Amino acid sequence: MKYVMLIYQGAALEQQAELSEEEQKQVAADYQGINQTPGVTPGLPMGLPGNATTVRVDGGRTLTTDGPFVGMKEAVGGWFILEADDLDAAIEVAARVPAARYGGAVEIRPSEVYW
Amino acid sequence: MVATLEQVFRAEWGRVLATLIGFLGDFDLAEEAAQEAFAMAADRWPRDGVPSNPRAWLMTTARNRATDRIRRDRALATKLRLIVARDGAEVPMMTTPFRDERLELIFTCCHPALAVEAQVALTLRTLGGLSTDEIARAFLVPERTMAQRLVRAKRKIKAARIPFRVPPVHLLRERLEAVLAVVYLIFNEGYGGRDELAAEAIWLGRALAELLPDEPEVHGLLAMMLLHDSRREARFSGGELVLLDDQDRSRWNTGQIAAGRAELDRALALGGRGSHVLQAAIASLHAEVPCDWAQLAALYGELGRLTGSPVVELNRAIAIAETEGPEAGLRIVDQLGLDDFRYLHSTRAELLRRLGRTDEARDAYRRARLLTDDGAERRFLERRLTELGSTLS
Repeated sequence: MKYVMLIYQGAALEQQAELSEEEQKQVAADYQGINQTPGVTPGLPMGLPGNATTVRVDGGRTLTTDGPFVGMKEAVGGWFILEADDLDAAIEVAARVPAARYGGAVEIRPSEVYW
Repeated sequence: MVATLEQVFRAEWGRVLATLIGFLGDFDLAEEAAQEAFAMAADRWPRDGVPSNPRAWLMTTARNRATDRIRRDRALATKLRLIVARDGAEVPMMTTPFRDERLELIFTCCHPALAVEAQVALTLRTLGGLSTDEIARAFLVPERTMAQRLVRAKRKIKAARIPFRVPPVHLLRERLEAVLAVVYLIFNEGYGGRDELAAEAIWLGRALAELLPDEPEVHGLLAMMLLHDSRREARFSGGELVLLDDQDRSRWNTGQIAAGRAELDRALALGGRGSHVLQAAIASLHAEVPCDWAQLAALYGELGRLTGSPVVELNRAIAIAETEGPEAGLRIVDQLGLDDFRYLHSTRAELLRRLGRTDEARDAYRRARLLTDDGAERRFLERRLTELGSTLS
């Protein structure tokens, strides 16, 4: 079963900036650990939502706006794909993502075949 | 005959459904098949007699219905050139004993990835065998809403692949808490007067105690429910709420108190000291005459440290008021930040009344009354106000 794992930073980037050098190294190591976990296909690292551009098409006209589709705090901060047996296995991996313990969160979305 | 059938259905529904889900890996298909099998039984058994092994009959019939259904779907899919591979479509006759998979079922229904209302509804539907309509009525929501809640929950179990299993050891404690919380919630809903839910919760508690005989908290929860429920008949008199002190003890169900205490002893023997065990010990003390208030205060203290709950602290204050006087109780009550909690105000009112501080007592009863919707409780507060010589405005 494939899950799309969405990382929301929330307050995590601010909280992590306050950490000691040692702890920050641990955060980096934990992200690397996630990427090396069996079943994980890492996503491309995402830039900050402040640099996002949102596109809509209204009556054939392309409308672009500055920023993410949702609010800056609610924007997706990263993602990866996880192949796991079931939701419990996915929850265990999600709980290891540093953002989840520093005021952010991980959303687990089962992938679906639509066509 | 009808009663016997109902008893069999009631006892077997959860087990048959659990085994079918384990076997088919699909809630909807299993439920449909179980329903068909039970309908066939209702039709045939009164005419032909109840089979010697009703469970095996129900299980085999349901399984055959499900297998037929999969074959039909598959034939259809083949015709449409949309061949879907399915596991387990070819199955031998069920000759081995059926595994009891109710535990797997309840852990799946109470998975934290489901909303609590969905956990409750799903547990009552699958394990309890209540109809959607019955659950809807018990929780005072339209049947459509309840049906959607169940459909959504089942869809998520499938789509997100919530596992159908007893959690591994490192998750068990945490997940068991979620299961007990659901049963407790069902009981509490029933405690307000909807008896059928209280009975349902006790039934689920008994099933859990049978399935997890070595978990003290399971026995603790069952003990607590039995002990509280034993006073059900005495809690109301002519639709009016009667406080513990004023209850007619001859209306307490002594058999149920004994059963509750036996469960509590079992929990204690297993070394239990968790929140459900403590609550059961408290309920057991409440059933004693005279009540040992000092011990009660100590138990509330322990429970409060465990849960950090101000409501527990409020109860400790009541026990302290009995041993050290209303003044001491009031000192604890006035430190609690529970301003919107009706029982804080009714407790304050009661303590102030005993201290003869009538004006303050009246104010507190009024505040409690404003926060109370429930008819019987509201009328109780109004009686108190009248006793204090107050007009109700």
